[in-house]
Amino acid sequence: MPNFIMSYLGSTVTPGEAGNQFWALIYVLIIFAGVSVAVIAMNWIERKALAHFQVRLGPMRVGPHGLLQPIADAVKLMLKEDIIPAEADQFVFWVAPLIGLLAAFTVYTVIPFGPSQAVSDMNIGILFMLGVSSLGVLGVVVAGWASNSHYPLIGALRSSAQMVSYEVAMGLAVVSAILMTSMNASGTGTLSMIGIVQAQQQQGVWFIFKFFPLGLLALIIFAIAMIAETNRAPFDLAEAESELTAGYHTEYSGLRWSLFMLSEYAAMIAVSSIAVTLWLGGWMRPFPNLLHAPAWDFIFSLFPGLTFLGLAAIAFIGTARMPSHSFFKIQRIGLAVFAALLGFIALLLLVAAVAGRSADTSLAARFNEGIGYVYWFVLKVAVFMYLFIWYRATWPRYRFDQLMKIGWKVMLPISLGVLVVTAIVGVIAS
Amino acid sequence: MAPITTLHYLVVGAALFVLGVVGVLIRRNVVIVLMSIELILNAVNLNLVAFSRMWGNLHGQVFAIFIIVDAAAEAAVGLGILIAFFRNKETVNVDEIDLLKW
Amino acid sequence: MNPGMNSGMAPVATPWFFYVLAGMAVISGGLVITLRNAVHAALALIVTLLSVASLYLMLYAPFVTGVQIVVYAGGIMVLFLFVIMLVNIERSSKEHRFNRIWPAGLAAACALLVLFVSAFVKGKALFTDRGMPLPESSNTQQIATMLYGEAGRMGQYTFAFEIASLLLLVAILGAVIMTKKKI
Repeated sequence: MPNFIMSYLGSTVTPGEAGNQFWALIYVLIIFAGVSVAVIAMNWIERKALAHFQVRLGPMRVGPHGLLQPIADAVKLMLKEDIIPAEADQFVFWVAPLIGLLAAFTVYTVIPFGPSQAVSDMNIGILFMLGVSSLGVLGVVVAGWASNSHYPLIGALRSSAQMVSYEVAMGLAVVSAILMTSMNASGTGTLSMIGIVQAQQQQGVWFIFKFFPLGLLALIIFAIAMIAETNRAPFDLAEAESELTAGYHTEYSGLRWSLFMLSEYAAMIAVSSIAVTLWLGGWMRPFPNLLHAPAWDFIFSLFPGLTFLGLAAIAFIGTARMPSHSFFKIQRIGLAVFAALLGFIALLLLVAAVAGRSADTSLAARFNEGIGYVYWFVLKVAVFMYLFIWYRATWPRYRFDQLMKIGWKVMLPISLGVLVVTAIVGVIAS
Repeated sequence: MAPITTLHYLVVGAALFVLGVVGVLIRRNVVIVLMSIELILNAVNLNLVAFSRMWGNLHGQVFAIFIIVDAAAEAAVGLGILIAFFRNKETVNVDEIDLLKW
Repeated sequence: MNPGMNSGMAPVATPWFFYVLAGMAVISGGLVITLRNAVHAALALIVTLLSVASLYLMLYAPFVTGVQIVVYAGGIMVLFLFVIMLVNIERSSKEHRFNRIWPAGLAAACALLVLFVSAFVKGKALFTDRGMPLPESSNTQQIATMLYGEAGRMGQYTFAFEIASLLLLVAILGAVIMTKKKI
């Protein structure tokens, strides 16, 4: 058994390529668990961050600093009464959240967390991701229609029209990034996600900095389009409470509504992963070519441990700052335990980083490398997630006609222009 | 089980084609007739891609891509015609769409 | 060359996948033409399109799979659902599903089916594999060369590609003009 695990950990291909179903299943379960934890954490971070942006505290009661609030929300939603409108189409009403959930989660099979840490490296990876995330539109449309009520119907039509419009700009921005992968010696690019990051590695530049400012413009277009694609602020007219009483998921209650929220957050993480893979170098650490010495490798491999150490320190400071009233005793103990857990993970990672620098093929070194790849990828995606929350706290909502005008009259011409100029510059530079 | 040959895919394509033809001939709802036409086009695509694998070159796949493009254009125009007609006569029944000019 | 073997590794349980996917495609195709509610029929058509896309994947055509999912399932079916929601009137769900002359249509389709079956039975020897097996990893690149390449070497479809874009332009113009209230 340890031989089996070791022989797999040392392989250089994804389980899908190797035809290894057992490891593919393990990866799928890890991704499923990871995305669920990420969605729960996103829920907490969003409420706390929005609250701090608005100079208030956010949830503080349920756990220490509200850490158990998402779990309380999940339990509440599961125990809520499941109301189905009487005239609604029963089967379609039941199926609609599942379509969105399937579309949001199927995308994760091709997201590369490392050079061999993906479930499967399809050679049409990015095309598959764009296609499956466009299946999410169907879930929205069908959900609005099945509710048999006019607010959800209008919300669904508006939301799906917005998603379809911004998919065009998104696709063109993606095409201009794929075009940059073909600017190598052999002149052939690739559509596979791992291949795109490896192309950035070979060309020695993250695509955001390539042909400056074209890569940056493409990323900006993609970033704006992905906010509109996931119906987040400032493009959340279709689901904002003050506008359409929650739009296409008005009539959904309890567990079904939580499925919609789950698919929305999962779609956010998925499109952020596309942005990170295509423009920000995927799993590569910062400055891979400029700072190339083994000493720099070691310093950057300490980062995961140091991050968890920082988080543990913040949690400890929170424990120390809690009032010493007996009312807070349980919360203090809880937060101290959480801080100790974070510190333990930090210790584990630091030990692995130190032990892995000497030998190159030992278990610790491979573990360390794998952790490094996943860490940098997740860190970059987390930056995008934080930007999502920041935009929601900062900007007012777009009116629907302004939204459609921007999608078709501003984003589409700019992305076409970026594509054409990238192609011209690429031909000149080769 | 026997290995899957080209004939298996052709049989599936033929079945989808016949189902599409039945749908076009029998249904009364115009939208479902248009959806049956999409079924027919998919059956043809499946045949083309199966033959492309049989001959070992990519002409069938390129033709299939062109058919998909064509089906998109045709669905858009057909549904546009349907909406323009619906605005005048408020029906989606094929039997009632029988006037050239009113 | 064994049609079940990939050029690199053996795929897993290929006949099982084929029968499941083909069964799903044919059954949901049957549901498309028999369901009363148009939205249910559209959902069945989506299932058909996705099963046919998976069949393309089994035929070593990953790029056509991607195009089918993006264009057909993600674009055309959204268009259909929009139009169904716009023209959905209660009267249409209470009418008869089928024409008055449905036996004639069914008989014609049965004749067509008999024609197909006899063609397959008689010509079974024609459908054997010839030519090299398709390499899956450079599929996109080869299709791109055929679509965008120079007219002399491999680019046989460049002109057709440009005409297809013109066709799409005409379709967009037609759809926009037809749905305007005043031309």
